[in-house]
Amino acid sequence: MKIQSTVTSFLVDNIDTDQIIPARFLKTISKDGLGDQLFYDWRYNADGSQKPEFVLNTEKAKKSQVLVSGDNFGCGSSREHAPWALTQYGFQAIISTSFADIFKQNSLKNRLLPVVFPKDAHLALLNALSANPDLQVTIDVEAQTLTWPGGPSVSFPIDAFAKHCLLAGVDEIGYVLQQEAAIAAYEAQRFSTLNTLA
Amino acid sequence: MPSKPRTIIEKVWDNHIVAEREGAPSLLFIDLHLVHEVTSPQAFSGLRARGMKVRRPDLTFATVDHSTPTTPRSLPIVDPVAATQVAQLEKNAQEFGIPYFGFQNRMQGIVHVIGPENGLTQPGMTVVCGDSHTATHGAFGALAFGIGTSEVEMVLASQCLLQRKSKTYEVRVTGSLKNGVTAKDIILALCARIGIGGGTGCVFEYTGSAIRALSMEERMTVCNMSIEAGARAGLVAPDDATFQYLAGRKYAPQGAAWDEAVARWKQLPTDEGATYDHSITIDADTLEPMITFGTNPGMGMSISGAVPDPASIGDATERDSLRKALQYMALEPGKPLAGQKIDVVFIGSCTNSRMSDLRAAASVLKGRKVNSAVRVMVVPGSQEIKRQAEAEGLDQVFRDSGAEWREAGCSMCIAMNGDQLTPGQYSVSTSNRNFEGRQGKGGRTFLASPLTAAASAVTGVVTDVRTML
Ligand code: SF4
Repeated sequence: MKIQSTVTSFLVDNIDTDQIIPARFLKTISKDGLGDQLFYDWRYNADGSQKPEFVLNTEKAKKSQVLVSGDNFGCGSSREHAPWALTQYGFQAIISTSFADIFKQNSLKNRLLPVVFPKDAHLALLNALSANPDLQVTIDVEAQTLTWPGGPSVSFPIDAFAKHCLLAGVDEIGYVLQQEAAIAAYEAQRFSTLNTLA
Repeated sequence: MPSKPRTIIEKVWDNHIVAEREGAPSLLFIDLHLVHEVTSPQAFSGLRARGMKVRRPDLTFATVDHSTPTTPRSLPIVDPVAATQVAQLEKNAQEFGIPYFGFQNRMQGIVHVIGPENGLTQPGMTVVCGDSHTATHGAFGALAFGIGTSEVEMVLASQCLLQRKSKTYEVRVTGSLKNGVTAKDIILALCARIGIGGGTGCVFEYTGSAIRALSMEERMTVCNMSIEAGARAGLVAPDDATFQYLAGRKYAPQGAAWDEAVARWKQLPTDEGATYDHSITIDADTLEPMITFGTNPGMGMSISGAVPDPASIGDATERDSLRKALQYMALEPGKPLAGQKIDVVFIGSCTNSRMSDLRAAASVLKGRKVNSAVRVMVVPGSQEIKRQAEAEGLDQVFRDSGAEWREAGCSMCIAMNGDQLTPGQYSVSTSNRNFEGRQGKGGRTFLASPLTAAASAVTGVVTDVRTML
């Protein structure tokens, strides 16, 4: 699995999921139609028109599959609508120096790759991007590397199981259900304190 | 040979391992799965697409809180999208046989309020919910954390969750709180100290004399905001206060089962000699009432402090974040926040909407009037709390002061139910998030305790409650 793309740079620390998709859009009962609502309050004017200067409204961003952002991306609420909105917009990978735990899990389950970069590599990429905004990066999920022309090959961690699921397209719920015997055995010996006769 | 000393976090973890396979996360059994209207519809749809049932409807409980209005219950839900979402949960609960505390049900309330209130949340449990404030239930010595909708579907289908073990982080709070300083100030101080990413990858255990001295409701306030310091969960080992709180509650064990449960729960506290991956100590004696000035819960300070100056910050990205935050908040660096004019006071949310919070707010508002320029909303966390508060006459105290007394729900904590700030408004809120637009597009939030909120309601400006005690 390889992702080759230009990079959209959005350098803000601690981007929370309330910014990624504001709560008022969570009243939906489906997963669809969230791409246009991505970063809604930063992206649109009060009358609903696009703010042309906002990075996600540029033609370049619309074509790119990789976002590089500041530290602690995806903090706050557990809403899976955040990775749904990001992937529906067109992103396949986010590069940051760290991700909030729940966001990271939610992303991996939606084939959105959280790429954790060390600080110096993050800086090197940003420098390369300011020298050449059209820089193309290649993310090789198998090799767990991100490269760009003239740059280093940066290794990044992925949980081994998550990587396996991404590459083999494993249905995690199906995988868990295969362990029915173990679940039943656990339930048989489990001590319950919940008084459900209440 | 005695086994290696373990923390309570490791004990609860170990007790719930269903299976461990090489290279894969552990499969954990979930004792209690709480469900609300916002993060569950897509999970139920997934289940339906698989042609599956909910594996343990007896361990699954649903309520509506986020998108439900807090206007009188005799009125319909006017927002058609919210009404559809609420109706969908009712339909799902019926179809899958899950106990459901709906809009008109006496047990309805914020999901993290009704769990403990009904004795559903118990020591040593694993508790999950599609909501990041699930950590609230950690107050009982449960390992409780928020999950995404895909994980909600996994738990509905299997009652299990694939999970990697987190690191352990001891948050020791020594000494004792001074008058006017509350549980909310402890957790806001922690967020300010370690930042909103400080606990990433970790589960907190709150220890120390100041934590032991807290009531169960206060412990819930502390655990609730663990996520605001980056930790997915935070817990307090159970003790007599825990058992006393639980005894006699609806879903708590009774008779011989109670005695057996308590005996087990007493085994949970961290063993002497157990070690943590990280630790921090906060001295409660030195804490003052806290307030946030920025756009994340880590941007907080003592109420007597001054808004920090971006120019004084070395790191460029951090400096820019602070500058951006102060711009959004329209605050001047170097100035105190006390005295800042406000438009709204919100007393509610899963952080601070329980009886003790309402009593604290009422103690300040009693015999006083709220400032005529300020809208004050008091929103009980559950219908049960609403009834209790009314029985105590707290509703009258609020109404007499000029505050609104509303129906149970998340209300202005999340601004997806009709309760919201208008652009540019300032609020002092007892909720947990001050992110841009969290309480309404363009709204500006100062997070604080119920005492601080009530004091500010009276004066119309951010106020140090200690001047009014
Ligand atoms: S009160 Fe606020 S934080 Fe708590 S569950 Fe509701 S929306 Fe979430």
